[in-house]
Amino acid sequence: MLNYIYKRFLNFLLLVVLASTMGYFLAAIALNPRSNYEGRNPPIPASSIESKLTALNMNDKTPVVERYFTWVSGVVKGDLGTSLNEKSVNSEISRRIWVSLRLLLIGSILGSVIGVITGVVSAVRQYKPFDRYFSITSYIFLSAPVFLIALLLKFGAINLNNRLGYTLIYTVGEYSPEFQGAGLSSIVNRIQHLILPTLSIALGGIAFYSRYQRNAMLDVLSSDHLRTARAKGLTKRQALFKHGLRVAILPLTTFFAYSFGLLITGAAFTETIFGWNGMGQWFITAVQANDINSTAAVILFSSVLVLLSGFLADIVTAALDPRVRLR
Amino acid sequence: MTDVLRLTRGQLVRRRFMRNKLAVFGLCNLVFMFLLAFLGPYLSKHKWDELDFMYLLQPPSREHWFGTTQIGGDVFALTMRGLQKSLIIGLLVAIFSTGIAAIVGAFAGYLGGKIDKAMMWVVDLLLVLPAFLLIAVMSPLYRGKTWLVFVVLLAAFGWMITSRIVRGMAMSLRERDFIRAARYMGVPTRTIVFRHLIPNVASILIIAATLDVGGTILSETGLSYLGFGIQPPDVSLGSLIADGTNSALTYPWLFCFAGGALVLTVLSVSFIGDGLRDAFDPGASTGANS
Repeated sequence: MLNYIYKRFLNFLLLVVLASTMGYFLAAIALNPRSNYEGRNPPIPASSIESKLTALNMNDKTPVVERYFTWVSGVVKGDLGTSLNEKSVNSEISRRIWVSLRLLLIGSILGSVIGVITGVVSAVRQYKPFDRYFSITSYIFLSAPVFLIALLLKFGAINLNNRLGYTLIYTVGEYSPEFQGAGLSSIVNRIQHLILPTLSIALGGIAFYSRYQRNAMLDVLSSDHLRTARAKGLTKRQALFKHGLRVAILPLTTFFAYSFGLLITGAAFTETIFGWNGMGQWFITAVQANDINSTAAVILFSSVLVLLSGFLADIVTAALDPRVRLR
Repeated sequence: MTDVLRLTRGQLVRRRFMRNKLAVFGLCNLVFMFLLAFLGPYLSKHKWDELDFMYLLQPPSREHWFGTTQIGGDVFALTMRGLQKSLIIGLLVAIFSTGIAAIVGAFAGYLGGKIDKAMMWVVDLLLVLPAFLLIAVMSPLYRGKTWLVFVVLLAAFGWMITSRIVRGMAMSLRERDFIRAARYMGVPTRTIVFRHLIPNVASILIIAATLDVGGTILSETGLSYLGFGIQPPDVSLGSLIADGTNSALTYPWLFCFAGGALVLTVLSVSFIGDGLRDAFDPGASTGANS
């Protein structure tokens, strides 16, 4: 088992290095920070543009490979460079990372738990009204892009607030800046802000997991070992929970881990729409502003997040399923 | 001799598909969307890039069926134009990416060994980074160029999962007698892959391509929504929704027609995809496919 973990970890590390390298090169080639300084009125002298870009390690006159090694030598020491508006990328990350992680973790856990439960119930009650209703609903949610769901939730909440006459659910920001309360009331304030972004991340997840779990469960329900479990005298419910659910849930650990890539994409939309200053929203503004270092930092963050969760999923799967370890 | 109704595989698949109500609904709806997108503009007297300064921000009326925008654009014509773009992009990308997936997957699975390992490593690497991030970063490269570059990028980052499925099937097909016979007869690898392997995974490819159309439309509209996809003055459903967002509460027609068309299209495509899967392989479990 230790050997297996060691091997997986090496593979994980290599992929992080390669993925972030690819990300840096793409960003450095595609984005053009020089254009931010050119064509200004009054014009900025060419020499000061050069020196500024060189200081930021974003001068396109320096070969990309050379800039890459400057970037890497900083990253190895834990310094991700300076953003275009001359702030430290590190401090920006530390400010934003928890905003995104909170959104992603709560959203994905809610999505997977509710999704798995509705999936199991749908499978057990196949073709009953509950199943039909949830199947159609999840089809619709899977066909609607995240931004559309987020926008509709936002409009719905604004309408609701207007009708109520006071703000029950906030639609902008992660907390109210003018809010002074402490303790419980500040938590309530945060939750009022959290509801919509989390819901827009979770709804897609619920739809996806419930479809997947329903089908996996249906497979298990008609399998031989469940029939054997019934034959040896277990009730339907006992057989289902003791022997069925476990088999059906295993593949989901991998799914759960690799869904973080999609979730980051989703976070970019929800954070932008709800005005959260997270990693996703930062990515959008960084690309629009031709900010190479910030873009590379978000790509590094997402590759670490995706691979770390993949790595953990591998370990969990290996721990639960001895067949995997022996490969 | 009693009369036995003989059905070819194609007839059998068509029969099963036609029995699936949701799939048939999806097919009818998608055909309707195509007709609407490509014939609809001829029914209306307004062009998508035409501005009507007499009608600014008007609700739907007999003159402008879906209302007008802030600068007097006809929302019906704009929505049809966006729908056209999204449908064409979805189709093209699905064909391209499924093609890449078939070739890479079939070669990797058939050849095995080091080539297989190397190819699957590239697949793993591309799966690490969300395609959305990569395409968004590269968006300045195609700004001001034709939207076909955008199509190529969407296809280049959308083939990996299907290729893994194809690879798995190719690995088991490799050991089958007819492939082995071909190999011993000295048929070159390229011919075996293109003439024997890929046709044998055709059903999977058709299903994957169909579901890809929906997935692509979702990514395309998402990128266009943020301004990384289809560039103005051209429109896509995503950029239309983005333009309508700010005033959507007071002027809902700016937003809801494009949004509705988008959801209906993707919904129909996924009904068709799932219907095809059930029709090709009634015993198989229908895995959730986003």
